[in-house]
Amino acid sequence: MFVYADNAATTSVSKTALDAMLPYLTEYYGNPSSLYAFAQKATEAVTEARATVAACLGAASPREIYFTSGGSEADNQAIMSAARLGARKGKKHLISTKFEHHAVLHTLKRLEKEGYEVTLLDVHEDGVVRLEDVAAAIREDTCLVTIMFANNEIGTVQPIAEIGALCREKGIPFHTDAVQAAGHMPIDVEKMNIDMLSISGHKFHAPKGVGALYCRKNIPLFNLIEGGGQERGKRAGTENVAGIVAMAAALKESVDNMEEDSKKMIAMRDKLFAELSKIPHSKINGSLEHHVPGTVNMCFEGIEGESLLLMLDANGICASSGSACTSGSLDPSHVLLSLGLPHEVAHGSLRLSIGEYNTMEEIDHICQVVPQVVDYLRNMSPVWDELEKGQRPHLI
Amino acid sequence: MALYSDKVMDHFQNPRNVGKIDDADGIGEVGNAKCGDIMRMYIKVKDGIITDCKFNTFGCGSAIATSSMATELIKGKSVEDALKLSNQAVVEALDGLPAHKIHCSVLAEEAVRAAVKDYYDKNGIAYNAEEFQIHDCEHCSE
Repeated sequence: MFVYADNAATTSVSKTALDAMLPYLTEYYGNPSSLYAFAQKATEAVTEARATVAACLGAASPREIYFTSGGSEADNQAIMSAARLGARKGKKHLISTKFEHHAVLHTLKRLEKEGYEVTLLDVHEDGVVRLEDVAAAIREDTCLVTIMFANNEIGTVQPIAEIGALCREKGIPFHTDAVQAAGHMPIDVEKMNIDMLSISGHKFHAPKGVGALYCRKNIPLFNLIEGGGQERGKRAGTENVAGIVAMAAALKESVDNMEEDSKKMIAMRDKLFAELSKIPHSKINGSLEHHVPGTVNMCFEGIEGESLLLMLDANGICASSGSACTSGSLDPSHVLLSLGLPHEVAHGSLRLSIGEYNTMEEIDHICQVVPQVVDYLRNMSPVWDELEKGQRPHLI
Repeated sequence: MALYSDKVMDHFQNPRNVGKIDDADGIGEVGNAKCGDIMRMYIKVKDGIITDCKFNTFGCGSAIATSSMATELIKGKSVEDALKLSNQAVVEALDGLPAHKIHCSVLAEEAVRAAVKDYYDKNGIAYNAEEFQIHDCEHCSE
């Protein structure tokens, strides 16, 4: 049996998205910047897609949607823009969290090198940032608060509406990386007081290479890419027309089916949590109360994540891990470490991220294979041997 | 999987000589759980020949594969020959490793040396201590 359980990494393109985009690759391939009627088909499609995306995010106007190459570009542009704008007013302090995606963290690192100050908030053991921590970090010179909607590794959801209200009250721009939330959780930028928001098409069944930045109309945007006047002059480069059309179609489909899909995914997710928790010395990472429908992240003591993934792969299961060996660095995932997990435990992590296309039969297969593989690896692990003999204390 | 050669995958999925030797003549353990890999090597020695060798490893696919290959390469060899086992020989026998996994082959080489050192210590055999230094990485010794 083949089971794709890595939907937080990327998803398949839905039939709806594919059908929507194909005509713009073959039939209506004109450049939206061209004058003739033939190209206007493409222009219209982009205009319509912009309105669809705006509606799905609760934006007041389609003019607040800027298409990008993906979530990383949107994150970069939002943060760099807010930083440049802040500097003009002498405000060079940014607030974020320790477990953001690298698209955010590395951009903040770059700003630090340029003389900005960054406060990275703790996310506590449950992977949820506290509103009072955000409030306490706000300073006179804070130019941006950027906090992810849902974490990509552990799936915890942040109190976005509360943070939005706080930032609005303080007059500080608020950006959220909603790459893992868009299409999977209700988003309303107006109600949630979100000023900027990043999404990535391929996380909700559009192709890779297309994303969007929502930017509230009174907030100036600075370009990352200079050139032609596309995207109201804020993002140069000929529009990825087919990708944009596909993303809008996929987002609409995901939003339309959200309630039903969520129910199905939560049932599968909860079965994984229940079954895999039966493995002794295992641990669920992140708050279960504030959680996206599809992500399961657990640690199994005494084993290492990469060997676990390879064994799962041999059994037809695609998953991921936050172990050091899967990242090519010596440290396990910064997300797991931010929860206060010891390195030894974080090395034995497994992320299964399910989507609406998964089936309960596939979940059963995972529930059958994972305990066997964990057992097999523990039996050859000297660490497990010491844990079992009491020579090393169990940490979970 | 393109990351690893077929040979690495074979030794990972069908590791040779996994287990313990209860009456081992030498046991060597190297690595650090914090770094994500520990290898424990057991050797049985008779008349200067390694008659049996087993391993336990906590680590990634290549850590398990290099352990397995190292046991294959020293089994039946003299203790002196086992000491000559280089990490490069393990890498070559596995048809190569990705650059960031070479570290695993170094651990395998060191696990063998640690087991031989333990055998020497237990049997009062003199050796040059300098040849048995284990190069703990900076990260592990933090």
